[in-house]
Amino acid sequence: MSEKKNKTTSTAEPGKQELFITREFDAPRELVFKAHTDPDIYVRWLGPRGLTMDLVTFEPVSGGCWRYIQKDEHGNEFCFHGVYHDVMAPERIIGTFEFEGLPESGHVILETTTFVALPGGKTLVRTQSVYRSVEDRDGMIAAGMESGTVDSYERLDETLATMK
Amino acid sequence: MARIPTTHDPFNAVAEPKRRQILEALGAAERSVNEIVELLGWPQPMVSKHLGVLKKVGLVHERREGRQRLYRANLAKLKPIYDWVLPFEQYWSESYDRLDEVLADIQKKEK
Repeated sequence: MSEKKNKTTSTAEPGKQELFITREFDAPRELVFKAHTDPDIYVRWLGPRGLTMDLVTFEPVSGGCWRYIQKDEHGNEFCFHGVYHDVMAPERIIGTFEFEGLPESGHVILETTTFVALPGGKTLVRTQSVYRSVEDRDGMIAAGMESGTVDSYERLDETLATMK
Repeated sequence: MARIPTTHDPFNAVAEPKRRQILEALGAAERSVNEIVELLGWPQPMVSKHLGVLKKVGLVHERREGRQRLYRANLAKLKPIYDWVLPFEQYWSESYDRLDEVLADIQKKEK
């Protein structure tokens, strides 16, 4: 692809329990929303390339459940589950998220994803994640924010540079 | 199940940025307190305090050699934590890049 990629931005203010992830897409809102609720489309993009995606339960309606298992090339499995609290097409999805591989269960995240239609048939997707505590948030993301993210930003910049 | 107190839980122990810096400073090497003090430029009591917490939750190993104590990060214990935290934003960045392609593909077929 010769097109320049849009940048994924995450922000986490110190001392708060929330995290935001923002990304713009060159596609209309209805389609971007559908990509989040149509199981055939969902499995095509969720998760990094190297992982296989097994959508065990997928009920993207208010009150529905979801669970998926992602496997890497070494056979390691990463399981996640949650419930859909509110699914309002095509503008908002609210639900819970829990990673099953943590030392103890109950570190639940409340996620609100909003889909904003932008001029020119583009869409802004913004996810607010609220953690149970500041420690939860920082414990789950901080190492990634401070080393991994910088690293991935740098790699992204390199990728972008080669595309110019 | 009762919640594990913060300082006994490796997951919470790495929530403190200074402790993550110590783990990063250790890397794959075995270092003395003085070496860590030199690397980070912090007062020795501060380094010792955080090393104590990391040792307590099993994130670093301590070994005595003569009068020195040497510290090494326990990578096996760290792995489950870092498996989860490291790919966090990268995870979404990669997913969304894939979604770009899927959306482009769908829109092409619709035309």
